[in-house]
Amino acid sequence: MSELFTIMKSELMITGIIFILLFIKLGKLVQNETLLPLIQLLLLINFIAGFFMNFEATAFDTMYQTNGVMALEKSILNLGIYLIALLFTEWFKQTEHLAEFFILLLSAVLGMYLLISSNNFLMFYLSLELATIPIAALANFDLQKKISSEAAMKMILSSAFSSGILLFGISILYGVTGSISFEAIPALLNGDAIHILILVFLFSAFAFKLSIVPFHLWTADVYEGSPFAVTALLSVISKGAIAFVLITTLYKVFAPLHVVWYNILMILSIITMIVGNLFAIRQQNIKRFLAFSSIAQVGYILFGISSMDPVKGSASVIYFVLIYVFSNLAAFGVTNAIAMFSGKESIADYKGLYQTNPLLSWVLALALFSLAGVPPTAGFFGKLFLLSAGASDAVYAFVAVAALNMIVSLYYYLRVVRSVFMDKNEQPVATVPVSPYTKLGLIICSFGIVVTGVFSWIYDHLIAIITQ
Amino acid sequence: MHPGLGQILFISTALFFIGVYGFLTRRNLVTMLMSIELILNSVNLNFIAFNKYLWANRLDGLFFTIFIIAIAAAEAAVAIAIIINLYRSHGSIDVENAEELKY
Repeated sequence: MSELFTIMKSELMITGIIFILLFIKLGKLVQNETLLPLIQLLLLINFIAGFFMNFEATAFDTMYQTNGVMALEKSILNLGIYLIALLFTEWFKQTEHLAEFFILLLSAVLGMYLLISSNNFLMFYLSLELATIPIAALANFDLQKKISSEAAMKMILSSAFSSGILLFGISILYGVTGSISFEAIPALLNGDAIHILILVFLFSAFAFKLSIVPFHLWTADVYEGSPFAVTALLSVISKGAIAFVLITTLYKVFAPLHVVWYNILMILSIITMIVGNLFAIRQQNIKRFLAFSSIAQVGYILFGISSMDPVKGSASVIYFVLIYVFSNLAAFGVTNAIAMFSGKESIADYKGLYQTNPLLSWVLALALFSLAGVPPTAGFFGKLFLLSAGASDAVYAFVAVAALNMIVSLYYYLRVVRSVFMDKNEQPVATVPVSPYTKLGLIICSFGIVVTGVFSWIYDHLIAIITQ
Repeated sequence: MHPGLGQILFISTALFFIGVYGFLTRRNLVTMLMSIELILNSVNLNFIAFNKYLWANRLDGLFFTIFIIAIAAAEAAVAIAIIINLYRSHGSIDVENAEELKY
């Protein structure tokens, strides 16, 4: 019994924090001002604890599994939620329902951890719902804003529809193979037409959650309407978790259908990159801009997953998500600080920001350079590994299209950097007061962006863990 | 005459596509939610039919159905709460009127 506690420690830590917050809320034990540092401390402890006592094990009759790679993936997400708790301090301070916000957020994260560890389609479905329903409630957190409730409506309806499609796929899978266990299914699949149909149903549910292109239409609206903290959660933590799960599902459960999903991934990744990049060019709102940029980033992730070599594929995706956590959260942190102070979210308002806020401008520029993949930053190495993993056996035309897309993406990222540093503006945003917590978060992010790329042992370490 | 697996699968597939059609064409949010429930119920039918006719000794399908019903209730609760809030702010539950977010 005590063994179960160590096997499921990441989930139990999160559950513990949820219960602590629940008791604090119910008993009105702590004031809002002291609650935020407490939450940050708890999440820091949670992040550090994630590195200890990791081993390979299964629980609940193989419904739940864990190993070194999964523990590492959870640690990356732990880091992400800790950074979210730091970076959006300005927004947390003005919200009345801080405890509820973190209870919902951590419930969604708990769902993601169970999703990463699930080894059975029943578990998979339950944790997928646990990971999405609280986020829909979170999207509605700015109760007085019209766009917030509209975003939540779009989120809950599209995610419910996509999980309906997923369930239909699973039900056919059960009918054809008689099993819903990840261990038993691969031996029973052989590439019949009905098996391909199942793959398509399941993959389209993934595509909804990851906002791969034909299924991406909810993304920009939900990102724009939700509070910044929720947008960051959706675009970094949720996407990272689903990308990790997509790796396990495709490489493990659908390994016999490799040729089929290889083609699906190749075509969709190219379309996703092109559409994400082209739509990002014409965005005026910074949140919508980051939404389409994150769609384009998912295109690169898919390109990495489509590798013939599972080790390289998963290592490059995990490495990229780690970098993506730093760079995207830094961008959201800066834009949140500016939006909370001045209420401005449009790219045109960022003109001349450098005159008044040099430090914020540098962090934003660093984050955008990393997202674009400019060499000294980590983003370059992340994309390099993704492309080389995907290119190991690809049609070279696709690799060329992916590389061209990166050049297109440079255009719109640099457009923001130009308006921050070079464009003249008579009345730029006044100097933004940044709280020490946000500063700490931004420092960690910038440090991560610079250092993760330089230390190549991180990638080697990933490969070593995966091949174990 | 007992219905065979084919008849039940026909009904459940029809129900699934009626749900998809309703979701895509209806403009009233509550009706769209009902269409999603139709989809989930067609999946339930599928699981039960497969369990009874093909895999009578493997109860995974039966358990799956129970969990789907529970999750569908939770999802409907959150969705209805969101729709009520939307009604308060927009004064309507027609998707055509929720048009702040575009392009």
